[in-house]
Amino acid sequence: MPRPEDELVKRQRERARLMAWLLGAFVILLFLITVAKIGLNK
Amino acid sequence: MTPSIAQTSLTADWRDLLALTKPGVMRLVVFTGLCGLLAAPVSLPPALGFAAILCIALGAGAAGALNQWYEADLDAKMRRTANRPLPARRMDRQTALHFGVGLAVFSVILMDLATNHLAAVLLAVSILFYVLIYTVWLKRRTAQNIVIGGAAGAFPPLIGWVAATGTVDTLPVLLFAIIFLWTPPHFWALSLFVRSDYAAANVPMLPVVAGIENTRLQIFLYSLALAVSAVAPYALGLTGLVYGISAAVLSAIFLVLSAIVLANKAQEPSGMKPERRLFAFSILYLFALFAAVVADRWVAG
Repeated sequence: MPRPEDELVKRQRERARLMAWLLGAFVILLFLITVAKIGLNK
Repeated sequence: MTPSIAQTSLTADWRDLLALTKPGVMRLVVFTGLCGLLAAPVSLPPALGFAAILCIALGAGAAGALNQWYEADLDAKMRRTANRPLPARRMDRQTALHFGVGLAVFSVILMDLATNHLAAVLLAVSILFYVLIYTVWLKRRTAQNIVIGGAAGAFPPLIGWVAATGTVDTLPVLLFAIIFLWTPPHFWALSLFVRSDYAAANVPMLPVVAGIENTRLQIFLYSLALAVSAVAPYALGLTGLVYGISAAVLSAIFLVLSAIVLANKAQEPSGMKPERRLFAFSILYLFALFAAVVADRWVAG
């Protein structure tokens, strides 16, 4: 049976990985929003 | 499952965080919001349109999370909701609160950055309305809770439209009215065949407070009002024939199904096939009606 600590670390790692992906996606989204906004103001 | 440190610690499983946002409800929110955006006469650049819909979805997720944060005790008493992350004790309440508030603030700020102030304000109002007016104030106090809650769910197409145009217009207000009037018959049909659950949790749902017959009558009356508001965009010349015919046919079916519900005398869930049928059709109805608004706009060019 896995120890509770193992499960804890596994969950933390899973969530950290997901946060990294989401942050990356957010940066890309902000970039695209900026480009689109600049395009609108031209 | 045996309880472990992980189940009560701060590290909630991300799947449980996702479950807090009520992904099932979000589908309809995203769809109606997208339709509001696409029905608008101004077209946004794809990145901004995507950001607007994302914000509407995140805002709805935030409202769902805060709703579950506040109602954990209530959810624990109903079979349908007992396995949500909080009542099942897979997450502590504070995590849910932080997640919900963070998501709400994030979605409103991003909406403001990507589109305009009015869309951001409407998004904030819709979240606050759902959490404070519906969840905290009225849900446990009045049998009209669903009517009030329906107003919160009616915001997405309006926000989508305003994100594109920056102004409120008659058509998005009518789209708001359609969801507002659609919600009571939709939920009351459901609450008829899961009645015992709400009674156990002491939520004053209409069938519990006013009785089954009265609920059936209310469903029918709201269906009449819904049909009128559904054909109004065509009658007022705001949409074309594609929408007009779709709205008339769909609303006629809705009315027939709710008339069958009105005629049903069954008191037990086993005899409530008409209610189940109306509930199932009501979901299809809203999807089809909003798809028709967009199709109509595209046909008209």
